[in-house]
Amino acid sequence: MTEPQETAADARSVHRERRARTAAEGELDPRADPAGNDEPGMRADPSAGGLDAHLVVERGGFRLDVALRVAPGEVVALLGPNGAGKTTALRALAGLTPLTEGRIRLDGGALEGTPPESRPVGVVFQDYLLFPHLSALDNVAFGPRCQGETKAAARARAAEWLDRLGLAAHAGAKPRRLSGGQAQRVALARALATDPRLLLLDEPLAALDARTRLEVRSRLRRHLAEFEAVAVLVTHDPLDAMVLADRLVVVEHGRVVQEGAPSDIARHPRTDYIARLVGLNLYRGEADGHTVRLDAGPAVTTTEVLSGPVFVAFPPSAVTLYRDRPTGTSARNLWHCEVAGLETHGDQIRADLTGGLPLAADLTTVAAAELDLHPGARVWAAVKAAQTHAYPV
Amino acid sequence: MTHPGKGPDGAADTVRGGPRRRRVRAQVGGVPLPLLVPALIGLAFLIVPLIALLVRAPWRSLPELLTSAEVWQALRLSLVCATAATAVSMVVGVPLAWLLARVEFPGRGLVRALVTLPLVLPPVVGGVALLMALGRNGIVGRSLDSWFGVTLPFTTAGVVVAEAFVALPFLVITVEGTLRAADPRYEEAAATLGASRFTAFRRVTLPLIAPGIAAGAVLAWARALGEFGATITFAGNFPGRTQTMPLAVYLALQSDPEAAIALSLVLLAVSVAVLAGLRDRWMTTG
Repeated sequence: MTEPQETAADARSVHRERRARTAAEGELDPRADPAGNDEPGMRADPSAGGLDAHLVVERGGFRLDVALRVAPGEVVALLGPNGAGKTTALRALAGLTPLTEGRIRLDGGALEGTPPESRPVGVVFQDYLLFPHLSALDNVAFGPRCQGETKAAARARAAEWLDRLGLAAHAGAKPRRLSGGQAQRVALARALATDPRLLLLDEPLAALDARTRLEVRSRLRRHLAEFEAVAVLVTHDPLDAMVLADRLVVVEHGRVVQEGAPSDIARHPRTDYIARLVGLNLYRGEADGHTVRLDAGPAVTTTEVLSGPVFVAFPPSAVTLYRDRPTGTSARNLWHCEVAGLETHGDQIRADLTGGLPLAADLTTVAAAELDLHPGARVWAAVKAAQTHAYPV
Repeated sequence: MTHPGKGPDGAADTVRGGPRRRRVRAQVGGVPLPLLVPALIGLAFLIVPLIALLVRAPWRSLPELLTSAEVWQALRLSLVCATAATAVSMVVGVPLAWLLARVEFPGRGLVRALVTLPLVLPPVVGGVALLMALGRNGIVGRSLDSWFGVTLPFTTAGVVVAEAFVALPFLVITVEGTLRAADPRYEEAAATLGASRFTAFRRVTLPLIAPGIAAGAVLAWARALGEFGATITFAGNFPGRTQTMPLAVYLALQSDPEAAIALSLVLLAVSVAVLAGLRDRWMTTG
């Protein structure tokens, strides 16, 4: 509890530290902030700190309608397929796309009427958009210069940021001389050099090749963890989202379809898209005891006892394939399917099956060869009840 | 691509060059005569006059002709006026191009058409129009005269005005094209960093489109240098004051054809130099 003699300013800074700490530990729920009661009059509105936005953008038949609350120190990822409206949401937050309706509150202040150059927002663009005619140093110094700092002061600040991101040696390089990973860090330094209260990252890793991606991802994670204000990133890559963000907001067709901690979403996907992302077969159906009658047709036996509308999920690795109808198996879930496609998935092969039940199955290359799998081949697919997972809609 | 260890580079080049040469020959052989003949006539039509100019040039007396006082006077006046007209075009033309490329306003198509009009307008008509606007009794010129005592027609400044009138559209069109090709998201990136629209233009857009501005300026300068119709209509033909090179060529042709050829050669040389300067921009697409 806050001491009565503590000044409001002290309370604010203590409060911010506490928020940042809890956010870093991933335990923060922005809507139920217990610390909010400690400071009379300061935190009556739980969204006063951080970002509280309701973004509505209508454009030629497409409607984006997304509500977003992010606490300071928290990293939220907008995850969704291409064309879902993620980037539009980001542009609306930055002020580059006007809102049709809705609001943007950042640290209690309204932003929706503020032009982009006056918003305390930093953006890392998908292809970075580093100014090609300026050196890395001058790219980073651009923001401080626009804030009215002298050339020398702006450059000193830029040098500091480049140093912090391990780029001191490349300060004089033009963007075209930088590798993808270096350019990404320069873009991050440029966005952070203006001390934004809201950091936006648009597909921060999409422009990198697979090898640099791994290294850049873990580096970016460290930098985001250090960032004390609100960070929102947009990605279509579930791995990027899960590694970088404390919380995921899944957007499809301009709407939020699910949000929560990465592990929650991975365990309980609510749409096909998320299920495919996290590598699960997902079906909707009507449960009655151990049996779920799927909307797709057949019934599935599960371990859970439920009733009413449910989701049933199982990983592709839980599927066993047989050339002929198995006789001795204990699996009660057995469907006759046709191979629609095969693709390599690491050292595994993922078979895309249609027929009795559309599903994805993982098997080893040896097993695939023994089964003589090829598109059009007919197989029996079995899943043990113990490996399915049913949960209410 | 050449595989390493497949022998010396020369051999690889021969192998690579062979099929390509054969293919080119096959293509030429495939051009139908009804297309080839007019094409060659057109080519000759463009080239023969230039060759004639070179053939008939009084090479021996050339140094003497080109060092005469009148030639120098006309040449200097031409260079000064064309450069001034280009400077004027850049100062007003780049912002105009930016407006056309980046700001959506009602009637933008019409404005663009009006900007392009002087490109197709006969320059003499341009000269007459300038007289009606900026002449001593023109709708603007009258005020200029009575308020500031400024008279433009038949002065060196008038030459600059006439040349800028015909050169400006070249610059605007070129710069607008470059602006449209330039990624506007750089300006957005600048905005998110706190740059106002003007700062973004000055510190980001302008450096990015500098090559386009340079090309437009060279084009405008070349057009201004060769300007004849609008100049003689609006500024007259006074040696030392408004008589530029093209005017001097025209006048000399009646009294001293050799001098006219010599002057023409100078303008031809300038044109070739301009083309060479722009070759990176326009001649590498082949």
